[in-house]
Amino acid sequence: MNDVAETTEVVQSGLGQRILRSLQTNWKRLIILVPFLWLLIFFLAPFFIVTKISVSEAVIQSPPFTPMIAWAEDGAMQIRLVFDNFAYLWDDPLYAKTYLNSVMIAGFSTILCLLLGYPMAYAIVRSSHTAKHILLMLVILPFWTSFLLRVYAWMGLLADQGTINNLLIALGIIDQPIQMLYTTFAVYVGIVYTYVPFMILPLYANMEKLDWTLLEAAADLGARPMTTFLTITLPMTLPGIIAGSLLVFIPATGEYVIPDLLGGGNVLMIGRILYNEFNANVDWPVASAVAIALLVVLVVPMMLYQHFQSKADGAT
Amino acid sequence: MSEAINYQDRPWMDPDAEPFIKVQSVSKFFGDFTAVDSVDLEIYKGELFSLLGGSGCGKTTLLRMLAGFENPSTGNIFIDGVNMNGVPPYERPVNMMFQSYALFPHMTVESNVAYGLKRDNLGASDIAQKVEEVLEMVELTRFRKRKPHQLSGGQKQRVALARALVKQPKVLLLDEPLGALDKRLREQAQFELMNLQDQLGVTFVVVTHDQEEAMTLSTRIAIMDNGRFMQIGTPTEIYEFPESRLVANFIGNANMFEGRIIENGPDHVIVQSKQPECLFYIDHGLSIQEGSKVWVALRPEKITVTKESTASGSNNTLKGMVHGIGYLGGHSTYRVKAGDTLIEITSPNQSRPKDGNPPIDWDEEVHLSWEASSSVVLTR
Repeated sequence: MNDVAETTEVVQSGLGQRILRSLQTNWKRLIILVPFLWLLIFFLAPFFIVTKISVSEAVIQSPPFTPMIAWAEDGAMQIRLVFDNFAYLWDDPLYAKTYLNSVMIAGFSTILCLLLGYPMAYAIVRSSHTAKHILLMLVILPFWTSFLLRVYAWMGLLADQGTINNLLIALGIIDQPIQMLYTTFAVYVGIVYTYVPFMILPLYANMEKLDWTLLEAAADLGARPMTTFLTITLPMTLPGIIAGSLLVFIPATGEYVIPDLLGGGNVLMIGRILYNEFNANVDWPVASAVAIALLVVLVVPMMLYQHFQSKADGAT
Repeated sequence: MSEAINYQDRPWMDPDAEPFIKVQSVSKFFGDFTAVDSVDLEIYKGELFSLLGGSGCGKTTLLRMLAGFENPSTGNIFIDGVNMNGVPPYERPVNMMFQSYALFPHMTVESNVAYGLKRDNLGASDIAQKVEEVLEMVELTRFRKRKPHQLSGGQKQRVALARALVKQPKVLLLDEPLGALDKRLREQAQFELMNLQDQLGVTFVVVTHDQEEAMTLSTRIAIMDNGRFMQIGTPTEIYEFPESRLVANFIGNANMFEGRIIENGPDHVIVQSKQPECLFYIDHGLSIQEGSKVWVALRPEKITVTKESTASGSNNTLKGMVHGIGYLGGHSTYRVKAGDTLIEITSPNQSRPKDGNPPIDWDEEVHLSWEASSSVVLTR
């Protein structure tokens, strides 16, 4: 008896050691595993559910779409995939127009954010140590107030009876209020205002690492400031530009709140269509198809970019 | 290297020569801090001039003012007769080799070297030819398509040099050119740099904190401390005739003795030191009053150590006890205690010790002696 007990103990401690050892060698994988599982459960699974709904048909029941797998009377399994929803998106010009509009608004907003954010990030990086922290704080400060509240504040500023129009009329610059709210202009203002920190922060992180003696070296070799900027600064900060642009462009394309509140019914963006299909039309399959199509619109250029980027890295 | 620098290679001795670089009472202030304190400097064409000093002595600031990255707070800098005040770096006839090399990481070796030429609006074939030539000169033709991160330290250094030289500057500024290289590579690069300078005849201004580097490379050295020049001269002048205790200690080692002048002849002085008690007979005259306080600097390698007294007189000799020996192969250093003073001596090991017994051993009484031309009198 004693012998047996001892053997098990040895085996157990051996097992414990082995687990400990594998923990020691595999802790990096374990650390990655946690966010990986998170993404799997809360990103990939919903994605498959939405994909599944997008290939079903709308019915008036709960849930409002046909099941993918049905059982025939003889017990055979039937899988029904309906691609009508995608065909519908393709046929109805409204959707193409809306996608195009969303991409264009997001694209122009990204360019505006870049034009605003690049000099700001540059100025922050080049300012003194104490000023740097204050300026960065100011960039992040708006996040302390609710996003929705800030968009409502813009409504108050841009409305016909809003602050800006009232001020201009009081100053005698205009007689009639200019319509700013519920225009594309208001949507641009909202998107650029909301997303410019997402442009500044990655640019700042990138520029912070920039070796400023490179700029001196360029000047020393005869490059004027503009040439130095185009040949050295810009290529060196390109990763920051791309990161910032993606961080602005992707969420801006699917933006719902800003076009809804600041654009009213006048600015068509895909987020609003999605919302309408889900809630007003209760057509979940079409709404899901809209979402999937949006994903394709966004993911394909990103993957192409990744592909060329890794190719360019490999070539060096 | 070609033959030793002959007389016409010492333009600073020629009263008619026009300096190529003229620094006129230049100061640079950063807030309250004075980085460079009203310095004057004249550098002649074809010189390899070193600014030597510890960190924060103002040498880099002075170099950056020559390059145009900083403007003097007061004073003027002339290069080839043109006042450089307010002239931006991209319009100056100088090029700089940076301490970090500052190679453009997103460009190949070739593009790095061509960068400056493109700014001069040269034709493509001209550029290609010049790049080819300079890459051949620094032996980097094979690496032309590589990016900087694929090069070794020595290769990067040569790319940086090629990039600056290809512009054929009137003056090449080098900030710690060999600082990032390891010791062996540094010696090789040192001689390559000297060869290049000799071939091209470009004026080099080198900033360094490494006295050995400055000694081997330079035609002249300026020793800087606290934003001022302590002494400007050839390596020999600075080593053999330091003007102050600071310079004597900065370049090489020196035994320093405090004393008073007891005799001041036209061709010699005699200094009496109390600690250790000794009379120094020095064979250079000095325009200084008898009785004034001076210091005598004596280099360790200029002292002879012997077991028996060899000196004829009582001048320039000391008796002491061996306190420590450092055997370094080629030479040994001895620490000899004379009175309460430790004196450092280095002496070459010209023959192998017999029977494993060193010629001079610890705690032995020894005699030190030196020539009348070995020591220097310093007044500050």
